[in-house]
Amino acid sequence: MSVTREAMLESWEQPSWVEQLNAWDGVWALLVVVGSVYAWWLYRSYMDGYEVAIQIGSTLALIVWGQYWKPARLFTLAAAVLAVLALWRYGADYELRKTSFWLKYFLESQAAFMWMSALYVLATPTYFAAMFTRSEFVGKTATALTWCATVMGLTGLLVRWRESYLLGADIGHIPVSNLYEVFILFALITALLYLFYEDRHRTRSMGGFALLAISGAVGFLLWYTFDREAHHIQPLIPALQSYWMKIHVPANFIGYGAFALAAMMGTAYLLRAGAESRRPDGLLARVLPPLDLLDDVMYKAIALGFAAFTIATILGALWAAEAWGGYWSWDPKETWALIVWLNYAAWLHLRMTKGWRGAPMAWWAVIGLFVTLFAFLGVNMFLSGLHSYGSL
Amino acid sequence: MNDTAASPPSGRHTLSWVVLEFLGSMNLAITLLVIVAVASVIGTVLQQNQPYPDYILKFGPFWFDTFLQLGLYDVYGTGWFISILAFLILSTSVCIYRQAPILWREMTRFRTQVRLDSLRGFHQRAEWQWLNQRPDAALQAVTDLLQKRGYRWQVADHGDHQVVAAVKGRFNRLGYLLTHTAIVVIGIGGLLDGNLWLKIKEWRGELRIETRDLAARDLPPESRLAPGTIPAFRGNVMLPEGSSANFIFLRVRDGFVLQELPFAIELKDFQVAYYDTGQPKSFVSEVLIHDQEHLGDQPLAATIRVNHPLVYSGYAIYQSDFGDGGSKLDLQAWPLAAPRPEPVAAKGEVGEALKVGGSSGALTLELDSFRLFNLLPEPDAQPGDRRFRNFGPSFGFKLRDATGEAREYFNYMAPVQMEGRWFHISGMRAQPGDPFIYLHIPADAKSSPERFLRFNARLRDTDWLRQRFEHAPVPGENADFQRDFNRVRLNLLELVTQGGFNAVAERAKAVVPADRLQEATTLYLNIVRDTLAEVFVEILREEGLAVEQGIGEQEEAFFNDAVSALAVLPTYGAPFYLQLAGFQQVEASGLQITRSSGAVVVYIGFALLTLGVFVMFYTSYRRLWIWLADEDGATRLALAGVANRRQIEFADEFAGLAAALERRVTGRASSESINQEVSESCR
Ligand code: HEM
Repeated sequence: MSVTREAMLESWEQPSWVEQLNAWDGVWALLVVVGSVYAWWLYRSYMDGYEVAIQIGSTLALIVWGQYWKPARLFTLAAAVLAVLALWRYGADYELRKTSFWLKYFLESQAAFMWMSALYVLATPTYFAAMFTRSEFVGKTATALTWCATVMGLTGLLVRWRESYLLGADIGHIPVSNLYEVFILFALITALLYLFYEDRHRTRSMGGFALLAISGAVGFLLWYTFDREAHHIQPLIPALQSYWMKIHVPANFIGYGAFALAAMMGTAYLLRAGAESRRPDGLLARVLPPLDLLDDVMYKAIALGFAAFTIATILGALWAAEAWGGYWSWDPKETWALIVWLNYAAWLHLRMTKGWRGAPMAWWAVIGLFVTLFAFLGVNMFLSGLHSYGSL
Repeated sequence: MNDTAASPPSGRHTLSWVVLEFLGSMNLAITLLVIVAVASVIGTVLQQNQPYPDYILKFGPFWFDTFLQLGLYDVYGTGWFISILAFLILSTSVCIYRQAPILWREMTRFRTQVRLDSLRGFHQRAEWQWLNQRPDAALQAVTDLLQKRGYRWQVADHGDHQVVAAVKGRFNRLGYLLTHTAIVVIGIGGLLDGNLWLKIKEWRGELRIETRDLAARDLPPESRLAPGTIPAFRGNVMLPEGSSANFIFLRVRDGFVLQELPFAIELKDFQVAYYDTGQPKSFVSEVLIHDQEHLGDQPLAATIRVNHPLVYSGYAIYQSDFGDGGSKLDLQAWPLAAPRPEPVAAKGEVGEALKVGGSSGALTLELDSFRLFNLLPEPDAQPGDRRFRNFGPSFGFKLRDATGEAREYFNYMAPVQMEGRWFHISGMRAQPGDPFIYLHIPADAKSSPERFLRFNARLRDTDWLRQRFEHAPVPGENADFQRDFNRVRLNLLELVTQGGFNAVAERAKAVVPADRLQEATTLYLNIVRDTLAEVFVEILREEGLAVEQGIGEQEEAFFNDAVSALAVLPTYGAPFYLQLAGFQQVEASGLQITRSSGAVVVYIGFALLTLGVFVMFYTSYRRLWIWLADEDGATRLALAGVANRRQIEFADEFAGLAAALERRVTGRASSESINQEVSESCR
């Protein structure tokens, strides 16, 4: 709901969704459409019919998203502008990334990811500081840091997309094709989900916990970059050369991100519940986010994650039917996706039908993250199967 | 929603009721969800459907057998796993059966029988007593409000009071039906596509799984399936270029059956393309479908790529594998253990086994593979350096002795440059899992291994060696010493050619006291080296090189490399070096052909599930009750509400409703008479 509580109390009639539209919404829609058409015109030679359909779908989704959640507009716009600057600076010369000042230190995908990493890692203690000091200013700083990190992350992904084409027209592909790239996606999506709940619930007290998960991902990313040199753009193996990748992977990562957020809310819940039972008037019991808020966000995140994961798994099955000769092969990755899904289905049932709340559900959400993490990382590390291109 | 499912009038707990109660219970559902999840883990930890010998090797015979009995090599096809799934589907069906009437009522009827007391027990509630207000005016305000907010309602007059029951978001209740029906539908569709049909046929004795290694044409009829006998299967065939097949193999446990196709598929051409970095870029099969009945004499031409299958009359044909289709190889076998330096020519096809004579009995030469490209990381590359190089064609073979032991070899056709010098490279391993040991044969000026092989042959030519060294003068020493020295070095040479340099060290250990071992070993090795050098110079002289002034840098490097290669030879284990002199490549494409009649059912289930999940999560079923009574000229109005989702949002909505209602009735913004509690926790 995008009407403030005051406005609702005031109005006798609740304006409908359409009545709430204003000129800015029109401007937004127009901007998105123009940008999308321009991008299509530039890159249409690389796209097949399905990909154009996906682009149209994404365009509409972006319009609706910006309408539903206003901050998404500035965010998308900022990343788009930065990415366009980078592309313009690049022209057709990939080597410029080593010499052009702005590319090298700011906009080249690797540089952008480093900025993203640094800002997320900075935002984490800042959120905790805001929680303990209850300082509005520190809190705003933390939010700003997170937004900036997310903008840099998205910019980096967009630029990397183009860079892969600069490397060779036959190499180019959307940067969601290996573990390195999807980890960035994971950080971004988790951050956006968190920022959404921060905005809707008007509290920054959950921020430290959400950012902790993101910082963990950043830590992995840095290890993966510096120790394993995984950041190089690799061409796509034949099995991944499909438009399905563009929708299957992002849908999965909305799921992973949401489950990670839920687990962090669960952690905060357990900490607060523990603090309250030990010292009800202690510092922790006062500054940690309230239990009902955590419970609510945890449920919403799991519901959203479950919905996204349902779609992702279905898309995966449809893709498998096209690439592997069957919509279901009991491949380890598929099977683990099913396990994750069943796990959260059980969670949702207990909550919806048995009315379970509180610490057990929080514990379950935390454990759920480990199950999810295994599906996401463990399978690639320990098990072999058709998805094995994601190995470490 | 909770377990308010229809229970029969008390006392009539019939058996069927008890069974339904059990099957449809939430606890069973949750337990089954968790069990399926846990059971699924097994199949991901233990690699499925591997050849049985691999499992025996891994687990030993006892555990192999135990796991086999439990069906752990094909968990998802075993009876117990399928039964759990079936139970889950059954339980979900029962659940739907029992919930559907309740949902129907919730969607179509209004519950207007409520007591004021129970409304006062709601979390979301408000109550007013308005003086100077008439109930019908209040009722008008209520219905106006409900109308504006999109609620549907019904008014019931109970004489002394009226009740308005209102609902919004009825379709949320459909979400439950859609998702749960979807589970059942997907489950049934999946079952239709599983190995059920094969199991039934096998169980009825109409099908026998073939475990022998037979060619397709030798397969007995009870291991063949005619087209259309089973509605779903997944099988493979490997087609060499230029050949065709009208059948595929279905793998079952440790054997297979043959599925005949109503058409033949011919592979015209198979292509693999690579990126500059060496990774494969595309696998493309050009095929022809021959189907006399439907196509007549005109075959259907099609291109099959990964991610781009061909669907022909309900059969989907996928690019799934590739291999060699019997490339023709021209080979030259250079003896390694005999004094002869001339190669023996041979011809073979990949997949063929040739009989060859060896010094220690007959050997079988199995030609296993041929590869046109070998894009590998640059051998001299630094870590992080991602350069690749094409090492050119290569082939692999096994040498199997009479006892069945085999060594595996892997030879490149062309010499490979390393550190500025060129080598013919051959890899060898004695066990399948071991890393390859490489023999680097230095290439001569003609890029041939010939010089090294002549050198090696000469070292095994005992007559020649005796002639050359028996009476060789040793400057500054007497005749006795000369004779002893020459005998020693002939012995040492023989040791080296049979057992490598280690054998020399071993010999030293055997005959020299420990305190002088170091010194003696060094001495022996120097003697060997000098003698090898003399033989080598001899070879160069025979090639017509001028060696009187000493040998050049290049020859010296060659000599050093040759000595290194000699050191590896005793472990190499083959009586010859097999050189690839020419080839004619024949590729093969691995095609997977499937039929899945249940796919449509499953896809319908997918659509229901997607729709259902969103309806369920993102709509909310909200109910409001308004209780109205005239109390001696004053109006008592109680408002209560409940939502099944989005509680925090509903609390806001409810507060807005209450405030709006009050303002509408009284013309005031808010009042103390509001007695409302916005709950923070849900139900
Ligand atoms: C594979 C099997 C099943 C799956 C995947 C599944 C999935 C779901 C999901 C995702 C929800 C929504 C939870 C939420 O609203 O937060 C749900 C709700 C529910 N499920 Fe299931 N379910 C399954 C089997 C069953 C069975 C066997 C029963 C019967 C005992 C059942 C009864 C219910 C009920 C009563 C609800 C609540 C509906 C509502 O209040 O809107 N489910 N289920």
